[in-house]
Amino acid sequence: MLHGAILSPLLFALLLPLLFRWTRGRQIGWAVLLVPVSLFVYFATHLPAIGRGETILRTLSWVPSLGISFDAYVDGLGLLFALLITGVGALVVLYAVFYLDRRKEQLHHFYFYLLLFMGAMLGIVLSDNLIILYVFWELTSLSSSLLVAFWYDRDRSVYGARKSMLITVFGGFAMLAGFILLYLEGGTFSIQGLIAQADSLFGSPLFYAAMVLVLLGAFTKSAQFPFHIWLPDAMEAPTPVSAYLHSATMVKAGVYLVARMMPIFGGSEVWFWALLLTGLITMCWGSVSAIRQHDLKGILAFSTISQLGLLMLLLGIGSAAMITGGTAMERVYAAAVTTALVHLVNHATFKGSLFMIVGIIDHETGTRDIRRLGGLMTVMPIAFTVALFGLSAMAGLPPFNGFISKEMFFTALISLQELPGGTAWLWVAVVGWLASIFTFGYCALMLGRTFTGKFQPHNFDQKVHEAPIGLLISPIVLGSLVLLLGLFPNLLVPGLIEPAVASILPALDPALYSFRLYLWHGPSVELGMSLGVVILGLLLYRSLPRTAGGGWFSRERDPLNRLYDGGLDALTYSSERITGIQMTGRLRDYLVFMLTFTIGLAAYVFFRADSFVAPALIAAEAPLYVYGIALLMIIAAFALLRVRDRISFIIVLGIVGLMISLLFAIFSAQDLALTQLLVETVTVILLMLAFRRLPEVTAERIPAFSRLLKLAISSAVGVGAFLIGVSAYSYRSETGLTSISDFFKENSYKLAGGQNMVNVILVDFRALDTLLEILVLGIVGIGIVMMVKHRFKGGEDV
Amino acid sequence: MRFSREHDVMQRVFVTIVICLLLAFSWYLFLAGHNRPGGGFIGGLMTASAIVLMYMFFGARETERVLRLSYPVVIALGLLIAAAVSSLGLLAGDAFVTQYFDYVTLPLVGELELATAIPFDFGVYLVVVGATMAATVTIAEDED
Repeated sequence: MLHGAILSPLLFALLLPLLFRWTRGRQIGWAVLLVPVSLFVYFATHLPAIGRGETILRTLSWVPSLGISFDAYVDGLGLLFALLITGVGALVVLYAVFYLDRRKEQLHHFYFYLLLFMGAMLGIVLSDNLIILYVFWELTSLSSSLLVAFWYDRDRSVYGARKSMLITVFGGFAMLAGFILLYLEGGTFSIQGLIAQADSLFGSPLFYAAMVLVLLGAFTKSAQFPFHIWLPDAMEAPTPVSAYLHSATMVKAGVYLVARMMPIFGGSEVWFWALLLTGLITMCWGSVSAIRQHDLKGILAFSTISQLGLLMLLLGIGSAAMITGGTAMERVYAAAVTTALVHLVNHATFKGSLFMIVGIIDHETGTRDIRRLGGLMTVMPIAFTVALFGLSAMAGLPPFNGFISKEMFFTALISLQELPGGTAWLWVAVVGWLASIFTFGYCALMLGRTFTGKFQPHNFDQKVHEAPIGLLISPIVLGSLVLLLGLFPNLLVPGLIEPAVASILPALDPALYSFRLYLWHGPSVELGMSLGVVILGLLLYRSLPRTAGGGWFSRERDPLNRLYDGGLDALTYSSERITGIQMTGRLRDYLVFMLTFTIGLAAYVFFRADSFVAPALIAAEAPLYVYGIALLMIIAAFALLRVRDRISFIIVLGIVGLMISLLFAIFSAQDLALTQLLVETVTVILLMLAFRRLPEVTAERIPAFSRLLKLAISSAVGVGAFLIGVSAYSYRSETGLTSISDFFKENSYKLAGGQNMVNVILVDFRALDTLLEILVLGIVGIGIVMMVKHRFKGGEDV
Repeated sequence: MRFSREHDVMQRVFVTIVICLLLAFSWYLFLAGHNRPGGGFIGGLMTASAIVLMYMFFGARETERVLRLSYPVVIALGLLIAAAVSSLGLLAGDAFVTQYFDYVTLPLVGELELATAIPFDFGVYLVVVGATMAATVTIAEDED
């Protein structure tokens, strides 16, 4: 049942093309909506059990020999995310039904990718097996890129899609390596199994390497500095996608991973510092960059980056619970983890509603540029109200849910001073506080520039009016949640947040972090800090028109993009260079590469195993005509050097081939003889066909050095092949090893039912080799067809 | 190389017989492969030579009228058969490319060996024919 629930979006996605055909392009969103809604209800039924502190584990074996099984595991953390994914998913699908025009857009693509994403995301948060987690992780990267490139005829969409793909898949690979290192140390892919032996993992030599690699995965996915640059470009996706993937769920997968891995890595100071610093830098960078943007979605993108940094920072502070001892300390830092989860939910609600409102503004006015917008308050009163709720929550104003998590965030910052070092930790609090001022600043900016001021109809290409009610339902629901969670902050805490904290900090006594949130908790330092944020934030907003004038502040693009673009260009350039060195276009060079490499490798293996045997006289009697055949071959080989025209060349080459097949026949290898004979025949035909496109044989003047080099290479190859052959033959007789052919002689009839040993080896004992060989042969055949029939005539765009 | 078309009747008849013999012999080689010299690779090469002979004596149009084959499809089919036979073992819970054989007694025919290696070898045969012919025909038909 649980597995079915996780996979149901993927299965439904497979049905989508049929459904689309069957409904002939009607709005299939309504059918799609059923999936997240029913999943949300299904996962909600788990709430009572999870609230009691139970966990659910269902195993489905997949690759048992590698220890990979699809273990669905539901605990507080997983359920929190599952509800978030399905809940926001349902609202987003509902929104998309009204947002995307069914006549203009390829809705079946859209919903297919969206369902793919939903299933993959559920798989990430509900699987206990690292490999399964990784597979779903990459699936989210893939579906995210597909959704970013939904309008694939726009260059910027494709650029954004490629960027997000490259960065997140790079992180995913690093994460996979980290998982494998964990497997090497712990001997299991099960997360719970690894957590159980966290103590022994802590001292293991691969611990830090695994940690860094896993963090790379988490940081790239969650857009942490300096990997955040993909997120602003991912805003090219349709707005429902931005609301869903790039603010509420997918970018939180990294946060999820960090939270999930906390019991394994949390005791380490490196982990603490990595999260603390990355989170802090990301938070500041994001909120400062957000102010520079003119595009509403750009502001929200950088704001999301900043908030993700905040979540990482909070988890970092929370990990101090595992480093420091003492009940009081643990209580303080467990509060930071609670804050992170509360804020995670709050962020999903207010950021989701804001993205949807921005989508509505884009939809109704045709622009998202704050330089053109203004005065929409009276035109779109409902959208304004929802935006006001969302922005106030983001800025941290009461009575909205953002206020509560912001206050708790300040508490967590202050609590750092309990750590050894005392007041030296004040700087973290100050930096975090400064970032909050900027957060307030861009919230005020969004509200001020979009909704207040004078409404100028000539700025817009279309008549501006309030959005249809269908489009407004989802943001209104989220906006009400923003208010509801602000007024009743404990709504989710006992049943959902606390079990989730329990899965992040399993070692702690649940009594330590079971506390209640309050909207108003009397005058305190935190309240003073909030007041300071409001005052300084307003000042910042007032002074923005002046500071935004020039220099760094006037540029929208993140300077780190230059690193990415330059790196990509350098990669293309250098691979072209390397290809240029290797691909000379001369068959001669390719032969040199192949032969020296093959002989060199074989000779090295022989040399290392010390199995070169000096050629000794082979005593066995051979009939006189064998010497004759050998002599003929040698003469033919030397004659090849003298031949100047191609026909004679082929004939002489044919002599060598025929003599070889004759030798095979004499030494009773009929199969080889037959094959050699047929290959000779076909080769002659092919050579004859290729004749007329070969250039004239010209006397080429080759420099002396080059001649010597060629002589050296060819004699080395010849001598090498000879020595290897002789050694292969005499090494066995010298050391008394049994020949492998004895095995085949004995078993080919017994085990494979065939008397022709060669054929039995080909199709049975070594059938995998044969399979791959014919694959190569097939590729060569199709490759020739492609290269000849579709060759470049020059001037095409590759 | 242009495939020539004009030949006298004697030659045509003679070549037709040779081609038939070649094709029959190549099929024999393929089937005999399990116990005697031969097999998919050799059989395939011989079939390919027979088809080349057809092209050379009867011309491309005539040959392609008789043999309506797309050689890339032949290659793909061969790979598909080989891969499918190789995967049989997976269904039985054995390793990939496990081959099975058994002896059955049929009426009139007598005892017969049935082995999964034969369809596998047929895949090899098809790929060899396909790849050889694809290369030959493509190069031969290329205009410039």
